[in-house]
Amino acid sequence: MATVRIPTPLRKHTDGKEEVSAAGSTIDELITDLEKNYPGIKARICDESGAVRKFVNIFANEEDIRYLDNLQTPVNDSDEVSIIPAIAGGVA
Amino acid sequence: MPTFQEYLNGIKGEIQELDTTELKDHMDNGKKLAVIDVREQDEYSQGFIPTAHWISRGFLELRIEEAVPDKDTELVIYCAGGTRSALAAKSLAAMGYTNLVSLKGGFGAWKRNGYAFDVPELLTPEQAIRYSRHTMLPEVGIEGQIALLKAKVLCIGAGGLGSPSALYLAAAGIGTIGIIDDDVVDSSNLQRQILHSTERVGMPKVESAALTLTGLNPDVQVVPHQLRLNSDNAEEIIGQYDLVVDGADNFQTRYLLNDVAIKLAKPVIHSSIYRFEGQLTVFNADGLPCYRCLYPEPPPPDQAPSCAEAGVLGVLPGVMGVLQATEAVKVLLGLGTTLAGRLMTYDALRSKFRELKLRPDPECKYCGEGVDKSKIELIDYTQFCMVGG
Repeated sequence: MATVRIPTPLRKHTDGKEEVSAAGSTIDELITDLEKNYPGIKARICDESGAVRKFVNIFANEEDIRYLDNLQTPVNDSDEVSIIPAIAGGVA
Repeated sequence: MPTFQEYLNGIKGEIQELDTTELKDHMDNGKKLAVIDVREQDEYSQGFIPTAHWISRGFLELRIEEAVPDKDTELVIYCAGGTRSALAAKSLAAMGYTNLVSLKGGFGAWKRNGYAFDVPELLTPEQAIRYSRHTMLPEVGIEGQIALLKAKVLCIGAGGLGSPSALYLAAAGIGTIGIIDDDVVDSSNLQRQILHSTERVGMPKVESAALTLTGLNPDVQVVPHQLRLNSDNAEEIIGQYDLVVDGADNFQTRYLLNDVAIKLAKPVIHSSIYRFEGQLTVFNADGLPCYRCLYPEPPPPDQAPSCAEAGVLGVLPGVMGVLQATEAVKVLLGLGTTLAGRLMTYDALRSKFRELKLRPDPECKYCGEGVDKSKIELIDYTQFCMVGG
């Protein structure tokens, strides 16, 4: 199973876990598996049409999946997948 | 034992001399030669022969090989009147320089002939001491320090990120630091906003920032902008600066800043923080991604990280702000490899830095291929999450 890094804003869906394992051979399958174990998380990552939201990026290892095969990007068990949402804070 | 005059005459018999008229001809004809000014700083600061490299007589032997590595280079050495340069020529000949001449009559003769000279930009004696740890780095040097003193940097926010970045930028001698912040100091800020202090609670942050920064370094001119960036004022303000350090606390400002910065071709040192995590990169470097290549649109208010979850480890913006200042100085000096095209993330809980690759999006509506950047229309997004992290 690949390792998925959960960003702080989404950790309320993963019981506060920073890293979780997810099964699947593509990013899409990983997200489906995540949703099965952590209901509600998919809606934070993808929009109604299933596409990745415009203020969220998914990286397979260090590569942005938009420049790979997007949600069909293949993943291996040894891969680390990072979900990186836009964050606003500078704490003014 | 010879008198000084006899000693000098002996040396002048051994070395070659060149008239200022000949030097002028050589220079006009584009002849390849290295001109070395061996006078003291107070003389050099009054003016020097164009293209000359200044190494005072006392440091000549120590530094000449760095300035002129090829010992067969045609070298013209000058001082004020031709005496010290004759002594210098003798010494450099002993070091193996084969092709050197001393300028007859020196800079005095050059000036009397009415030839053009340049006036150097130099540090004051106080600045020379203050910035000595910079200037002794060959990658910075006096020229680099002068570039920093001339630089104009805009800090968006005098808060968690803006505090450490502005402090280090001021210490580094950035000559003009603009600060945008419309807020006043609150005691809940002091856990992380090290520009401010307990007795300044209630004071406008830009005012407090100016006091701290000019107290640290009187060379710095602090320009307070006590306002919020919007589509009406953004171009006029950002246009006055060379570079922007983004420590904003809201998406509205970050997207507006990105769009203006693309329009005006200004690099942005970006960081954002949330609880124990930070992100850092450099946007808008030539041909490299912008904020919208990474995140094309801001999240709608209901999708933005909730303000109710707010909270941040106070030292986290310290780490990220100092990294921003480092990147800013690198961009200004053209040093090293910046984070442009790379997103650095810092996880304070795990003490882990990670790096992700960013690519320019050719379809980006703001910086993508074929976009007329001068026609970018600025958007005031609805304000949300005012509280910030």
